[in-house]
Amino acid sequence: MHSVLSNLNSRMTVFDTPKRVAYSFFEWFGELGVFCARLLRSAVAPPYEGRELLRQMDEVGTKSLPLVAAAGAATGAVIALQTHASLARFGATSLIPAVIFHSLLEESGPIITGLMVAGRVGAAIGAELGSMKVTEQIDAMEASAVDPFKYLVATRVVACVLMMPLLTLSADLCGVLTGWLMTSLTDPVSLTLFVDSGLRHADFNDFLPPTFKTLVFGLIIGVIACFQGMRTRGGATGVGKAATGSVVLSSLFLVVADVLLVKIILALFP
Amino acid sequence: MPREGTAVEVKQLRKSFGAQRVLSGINLKVAYGETLTVLGRSGTGKSVLLKLIVGLQTPDSGSVTIDGQDIAGLSPRDLNEVRKAIGFLFQHAALYDSLSVEDNVGFPLQRHTSMSASERKERVAQLLRQVGMEEHGRKMPAQISGGMQKRVALARALALEPRILLFDEPTTGLDPITASGIDELILQVQKRQGNASIVVTHDLHSARTISDRLILVLEGQAVAEGSYDELKQSQDEFVSRFMAQAA
Repeated sequence: MHSVLSNLNSRMTVFDTPKRVAYSFFEWFGELGVFCARLLRSAVAPPYEGRELLRQMDEVGTKSLPLVAAAGAATGAVIALQTHASLARFGATSLIPAVIFHSLLEESGPIITGLMVAGRVGAAIGAELGSMKVTEQIDAMEASAVDPFKYLVATRVVACVLMMPLLTLSADLCGVLTGWLMTSLTDPVSLTLFVDSGLRHADFNDFLPPTFKTLVFGLIIGVIACFQGMRTRGGATGVGKAATGSVVLSSLFLVVADVLLVKIILALFP
Repeated sequence: MPREGTAVEVKQLRKSFGAQRVLSGINLKVAYGETLTVLGRSGTGKSVLLKLIVGLQTPDSGSVTIDGQDIAGLSPRDLNEVRKAIGFLFQHAALYDSLSVEDNVGFPLQRHTSMSASERKERVAQLLRQVGMEEHGRKMPAQISGGMQKRVALARALALEPRILLFDEPTTGLDPITASGIDELILQVQKRQGNASIVVTHDLHSARTISDRLILVLEGQAVAEGSYDELKQSQDEFVSRFMAQAA
C-alpha cells in the first residue's frame, strides 16, 4: 500500500510540476508588471528624491568603477594578445588597433560592464532591500508616510540607468589603454597613432548606439534587483535567495536583451 | 491640546492569507486619551490588525476609520496624510540599518516638516533625551542593544507628535527593567499628549501598567473586553486560563 501511494505521489509530482512551473512563471511576470507600473507612477510624480538619487549614483557608479575598470582592462589586454597572435600569421598586425576598438566599444565593453554591474550592484540591491523587507524597515517607511517605491526603488533604478553608460565608457577606456600597452610590448606604437588607427574606419554610429544600449542594461539590473528585493519573504534564507535571484535573473535578461539590441542596432545603423 | 472623541474604529475586519483566516470580523474602538491593549495567543492576527489600521495591508472586508475617515477609499496621498498622524512602534524596532540613530529619529522630520537643519537637530536631541538615548545619537542601529533600539524606535514614532500611537509588542524580549522603562515612557507620552494608543502585547504586567482597557482575541475575534481586573476575574474558561497562564 505504501509503495502504491508513493508511486501515486511521485506520479502526481511529475504531472503537477510543469503546471506549477508555468503558474510561477506567469505569476512572476504578472507581479513584475504590477511592480513596474507602480515604479513608473512613483518615479514621475513629484517630489523627487534628489539627495537619495545622488547617494545611489555614488553607490552604483563610483563604487563599481574599480571593478569595471579592472574588467575592461583585462578584456582589452586579452583581445590584444589574442588578435596579435591571429593577425600576425597573415601579416595584418596593423589592423590590431581597429579590432581592439571595434570589439571593445561595440560589444565587449558594454556586455562585460553589464555583467560586472549585475553581479556587484544587483546582489547589493537585492540583499539590502530584501533585508529591509524582512526586518519591516520598508513597512516602517511606508507607515511613516514615505513611499518606498519613490525613495528606495526609483532612485536605485534611475541611478543604474544613468551610471551604466559612464561605467561602460570607463571600461572601454581602460580596455583601449591596456590593449595599446600589450600591442606596444611587441610592436612599439605611440598612443596617438594607435587611437588614430583604431578610429580610422569608424564613425559615431559604430560606438554611440552600443554605449547607449547600456541604458537598457541599467534599467534591467535596477528593476530586477529591486523587484527581487521587494518581494523577499522569510528570514536570512529569503535575503540570500533575493540576492542570488537578482544576479542570476538580471544577468540572464541582460544577455537576452543584448542579442535583441544588437539586432535592432544593426537594423537601424547598418 | 488633547483631542476628544473616537480616534480609531475597526468594524467587522476580516483578513485571510490564502486558506489561513487571521481575522474574522473583529471590532474595536479607541478614543483619544485612551490606551487599548490587544491580547491573544501568538498567530491570532494582532500584528496584522495594527498593519491594517495603518493601511500597510488591505482587509478582505470590514472597515478601519481614523478620525471618522474610512481609510479604504483614500488615495495614496490622502492615506499618507492620515499616516502622518499615526506613530507606529514595530515589534523589532525596524530602525533603518543605513542611518545613524539620530538620522533615524530625524527621518520623519526631514520628510514631513519644513524645519531647518538646526531646528531638526534640536528636536532630535530632545526626542533622544526623552527616551534616554541622547549619548548614542551617532551610533548605528547595529551598535546598540535591542532595548536601546526599541527606545530609539519610540523616539522616531513620536517625532511628528502623532495623535494616534500603535505599539507592536513594545516590551517583548526586553529585560524587566528595560521593559518597565518603556512602559514608563508610553505612560508619560500618553499623559502629556493625550494620544489614542493601541498596544499589542503578551506582557500582562505591561498591559496592566499602561492600559485603560483590554481586549482578548481568539480565532480572529475579540472574545472578551474590559479592564485588567475585569478580565482577571472573568468566569470564561479561555479568558481565565489565558490570564492565569500569561501572568
